[in-house]
Amino acid sequence: MFKLDNTRQIFGQALAEYGAENKKVVVLTADVSSSVMTTFFAQKNPERFFNVGIAEAGMIDTAVGLALSGMVPFASTFAALLLRAAEQVRTCVAYANTNVKIVGSFAGLSDAKDGATHHSIMDLAVFRAMPHMTVIVPSDSIEARKMIPLIAEHEGPVYIRISRAEMPIIFDESHKVAIGRGITVRDGSDVTIIANGHLLSRALEAADQLGSKGIKARVVNMPTVKPLDMPLLRKCARETGAVVTAEEHSIIGGLGSAVAESISGEIPVPVKRVGVADKFTESSKDLDPLLDKYGMAVADIARAAQEAMKLK
Amino acid sequence: MVAKTGYAPELIKELEDMARQLRIDVVEMTHCRGQGHPGGSLSPAEIMSVLFFHHLQLDPKRPQWENRDRFILSKGHACAILYAALARRGFLPFAELETWGCIGSRLQGHPDRQKTPGVEMTTGCLGHGINIGAGLCLAAKLKGLDHYTYVLLGDGELQAGVLWEGAMLAAKYKLSRLIAIVDCNGVQLDGTTEEIMPMEPLKSKWQSFGWAVLEINGHSVPEVLAALDKARANGNKPKVIIAHTVKGKGVSFMEGKAAWHGRGINDEEYRQAMEELKQNV
Repeated sequence: MFKLDNTRQIFGQALAEYGAENKKVVVLTADVSSSVMTTFFAQKNPERFFNVGIAEAGMIDTAVGLALSGMVPFASTFAALLLRAAEQVRTCVAYANTNVKIVGSFAGLSDAKDGATHHSIMDLAVFRAMPHMTVIVPSDSIEARKMIPLIAEHEGPVYIRISRAEMPIIFDESHKVAIGRGITVRDGSDVTIIANGHLLSRALEAADQLGSKGIKARVVNMPTVKPLDMPLLRKCARETGAVVTAEEHSIIGGLGSAVAESISGEIPVPVKRVGVADKFTESSKDLDPLLDKYGMAVADIARAAQEAMKLK
Repeated sequence: MVAKTGYAPELIKELEDMARQLRIDVVEMTHCRGQGHPGGSLSPAEIMSVLFFHHLQLDPKRPQWENRDRFILSKGHACAILYAALARRGFLPFAELETWGCIGSRLQGHPDRQKTPGVEMTTGCLGHGINIGAGLCLAAKLKGLDHYTYVLLGDGELQAGVLWEGAMLAAKYKLSRLIAIVDCNGVQLDGTTEEIMPMEPLKSKWQSFGWAVLEINGHSVPEVLAALDKARANGNKPKVIIAHTVKGKGVSFMEGKAAWHGRGINDEEYRQAMEELKQNV
């Protein structure tokens, strides 16, 4: 079992500290600062913090104005509510190619208790479809924290997901993070499981289960959904001949789609996608049983790996 | 009403002539392209003339000058008159106007900040300008810049709810250097604004959102001059100028007609329009 920590708190604190150094950073929030923990930034850098009220679409456009004058805005709210701003993101961030960083907090099913209104299972599909956009799903708090300077210093629009739930700690301080790069976390030659976010720890557990059956599953952490690490993806497809994706998102449009779209035209190996199977979710006291119920259990990943192998 | 005093007659004449010239340019461009939005491009001609040829602090040789005034054409469909003004102000070669809307052109069907020098922001979907302008003003405050930010809105555009999110924000942060101008021509794509979605009383709406409001005849150069100067004066509120205009102004068969919101001009219409516009030059 992995130890857990509070990703949104660690991300919030790290953004506050980075923002104290990089004075171009401004933070906008739509009345959820104590939830998404931009309160740390607000305390440390009050003159560069803007609470716009319950106005997600307006928040994105205001961030655009700040970016046009050379600031580096982080616009942060619940991922599910960012869909209200889809046209603002499309036109004023992606098409206009403005340097806006969008933080979709409470992402995936991580706000388990609040139900389907607050679960975000199509944010990656929407934002990934936009040219110019970089899309990132950190797989633990260390990776989330290390992404902050990278996305701030990357010139162009970025969407990053942050979980509300406590997340398993996968990496240590030596973990090297780069936008557009995945890493192999566990080697194997029979099948590759590509995962990110909360599902990475589950993918590693699935690989353990498969190992006990004599199946050598490779596990790849793919925090950047766009642009995908194509060299790594090609290598995995070639070397293992079967791929499974695992993510806290609909199987339509997220990491699974990105992987399948990319390799089908180059190295067409079987791809099985683990995620929410095109349905709305429901409330749950905790995240883990919800992930189990909606098709993202460790056993679901292991089964998908075996099915993918059979299709080789 | 703003007093029509204090401006040299030569200046007024020059800006009136430029407004007529910009109208001619819009008709030339919309005829040449066979597509466009002539109605809402003709209505703000005096506003655009005063802004680009007198009021805005701009430098075509340094389009990215940090402390320039910012102008956002929130009603991006009126880009013909923006492109014409930019060309006549020296941001673009005049001959380039012929390429508007053609494949490979820097002049898109709606403005693209990445393609066209002098275009501060990509627009075309309505309702974005106030929030973007507010963001520019917040950045200016943080950077200690003292430029002003101007946003030209359509009156139909005010129906977009997101715009009022920006109106609240600008008042909250006391963005006194944000100046919105409503090209209040009373007509939108599907009909009159009164038919489609009544927005009156506009003045008290803006006031209740915490804005200082000026109301003028948008076709009177002296009134536009005075309102813009007054809006630059100190105070702690964002300012809005409600400029009453006529859609398609200057071309009799277009005036007040929703049908001329978005369509090209054919040869016969072009001949008649040019006759009318050139009468007074």
